[in-house]
Amino acid sequence: MSNDYRRIAKDGIWDNNIVFAQSLALCPLLAVSGTASNGLGMGLASTFVMIASAMIVAMLREVITPQVRIPVFILIIATLVTLVDLWMNAWLHDLHKVLGLFIPLIVTNCAILGRAESFSSRNQVLPAMFDGLMMGLGFTMVLVILGIVREVLGSGTLFANAALLLGNWAAFLELEIISDYKGFLLIILPPGGFLVLGFLLAGKRLIDDAIEKRQMFKQANDPIDGATLVNS
Amino acid sequence: MKTAREPEYRKRIGYQAALLGGFSTLATIFLVMGNISTKETILLRQQEDLQSSLAEVIPTEYYNNNLVENPLQVVDVDKQSITIYRGTKNKQVSALAWEISGQGYAGEMRFIMAVDNTGKILGVRVLSHAETPGLGDKMEVEKDNWILNFNGLSLGKPPEEQWKVKKDGGQFDAFTGATITPRGVVRAIVEALKFFRQNQTKLSTLIIEDHPKKM
Repeated sequence: MSNDYRRIAKDGIWDNNIVFAQSLALCPLLAVSGTASNGLGMGLASTFVMIASAMIVAMLREVITPQVRIPVFILIIATLVTLVDLWMNAWLHDLHKVLGLFIPLIVTNCAILGRAESFSSRNQVLPAMFDGLMMGLGFTMVLVILGIVREVLGSGTLFANAALLLGNWAAFLELEIISDYKGFLLIILPPGGFLVLGFLLAGKRLIDDAIEKRQMFKQANDPIDGATLVNS
Repeated sequence: MKTAREPEYRKRIGYQAALLGGFSTLATIFLVMGNISTKETILLRQQEDLQSSLAEVIPTEYYNNNLVENPLQVVDVDKQSITIYRGTKNKQVSALAWEISGQGYAGEMRFIMAVDNTGKILGVRVLSHAETPGLGDKMEVEKDNWILNFNGLSLGKPPEEQWKVKKDGGQFDAFTGATITPRGVVRAIVEALKFFRQNQTKLSTLIIEDHPKKM
């Protein structure tokens, strides 16, 4: 059983990552990843919706018939997103002013519907919630990395407005990496998001290749075979 | 969703309809609950937003009342109702602030503008806009102090025909790479000043027991 969970975690964060592997959710991704704090906020909100929708879908999987499953899933997701939207507007108001426009976009985040369809509706409640958590964390990770790169290159700061999201203790995160920086507009605009995402995807491929090579090397544990592999 | 041992009744259209209807009802209930539980807090936050943006455009020495209280509703030429917030001191209206909007490069831009009782601009700030980051957003006071140039100006100063960006023969600087945005800002401000001039007497007389007319 613990093996299953390890598998789910590895899938969500890396192997089957929403952005890296499935190339889903690009719309909210590119829209809010201009700064690291915005990315983190959007990622956490999406993660919450994913866990909650996974839980509800998995609980009701015996009740929902295949014929009406899509509208029911969308209804569940849309309700959750609206609740998150209201909740953020009330209690994280300053962040909501920044992200407000993009919160309703979580509904159209096909990754959430995709996980409901392909995982939550076929699994028990706990694995489904764990899958939602891991997929959400994987998504958040990409959003934050993309946000960090775009923010440092585009405006020369890091985690600007983090205190809005996490409270005043997070003020130490707000750094000015390059002082008196004029800004690099392209990176902040959506095309810059695509560019940085392209480099990230290439980087992921490189890491995957490196891992694969090392595993091949390990399999060929025979010292003579191993030596020839290194040389080739 | 194990189709293999699916009972007969689940295939009926009535079951499907009831399922969908049931979920819609549940969703509605949850949304109503969510709305009720957050409504007051959201309203409070919006009031705070309003208060802080009003405090930004009206200097403190101009008023000693609560700016959000007793707003005045005025109908402008386009039959649009405008809410005017007034700062009072010694039972006299000393400052007025209201929301104005202009057409920018990428859609509507909303501002809050305050004038004193003679029509002199006390301050203008952007509330929301969709202009290009790095080009059009220099009108945000956090990015540039361009918008502060309007402070102290009025319809006669500069003369009305000078209320344009330099490119159109006026006196206002446009910022690098963006002409349409500042043009929209100047136009919106000038319209607002004209609106004030037309309604000046009505706006700056304070009736003590003033109940705002509901539109």
